[in-house]
Amino acid sequence: MTVKHGSKRLVVGAHYGFRDWLSQRVTAALMALFTLALVVQVLMPGPMSYDKWAGIFAAQWMKLLTFTVVVALLWHAWVGMRDIWMDYIKPVGVRLVLQVATIVWLLGCAGWAVQVLWRL
Amino acid sequence: MSNAPAKPRPVYRNIHITDIVRYRLPVAGMVSILHRVSGAMMFLLLPFALWIFDASLSSEFSYEALASAFAVGAGPLPGWLLKLVSLALIWAYLHHAIAGVRHLWMDATHSVAKVQGATSAVATLALSLLLTAALGAKLFGLF
Repeated sequence: MTVKHGSKRLVVGAHYGFRDWLSQRVTAALMALFTLALVVQVLMPGPMSYDKWAGIFAAQWMKLLTFTVVVALLWHAWVGMRDIWMDYIKPVGVRLVLQVATIVWLLGCAGWAVQVLWRL
Repeated sequence: MSNAPAKPRPVYRNIHITDIVRYRLPVAGMVSILHRVSGAMMFLLLPFALWIFDASLSSEFSYEALASAFAVGAGPLPGWLLKLVSLALIWAYLHHAIAGVRHLWMDATHSVAKVQGATSAVATLALSLLLTAALGAKLFGLF
């Protein structure tokens, strides 16, 4: 019989959750770095005002970084919510509906964020 | 191949919702379930965060309108309610982020012993609650 475990584990086909595990960490690290970049800019000298706040997001690099973080958040939230549905919702039909609703919700929110960014 | 009759295998069930009140979780378990709860909260509050993002950036006028909504309320919504929801969001973000860093630290340094799990869980709860209290005090104008 062919050995299919240990170092001879079949690694094609199903990805054993490794992709989700890794993308959850990479997207989280990106969001953490974004948070630091934003906090540093907010704490720059000078009182908080519309001009200061809008100025932070007016820079092209900040728009692109924020956009990337929005995509990271969307992906991160998808992996997390999918885990929640898989753990607690057993009927396949209900789970599918909730998963589709999650995708619609996340894409809608991402669209709104993009609209805000490039209207500025 | 052994032909011995199979022993009944142990069954590990998920904790039923009615067990939650009498089930004593270790502190690492508290951090774990709160990681999930805070993530779900932020998922549901995404439109609230986006509303703040939108209003704060769209124009000077919408920025002022948002500030006054938080100060004195907007329509049927009192200002304190907006602040309270924001505080919930702040806690969720802080807990989720710090518990996430704890995960990365455990992955990177293989700090997965029982004692390390407990101490880092206490640190996660202490730091997130302390920062939430500080930002909450700022939000409600205590300093």
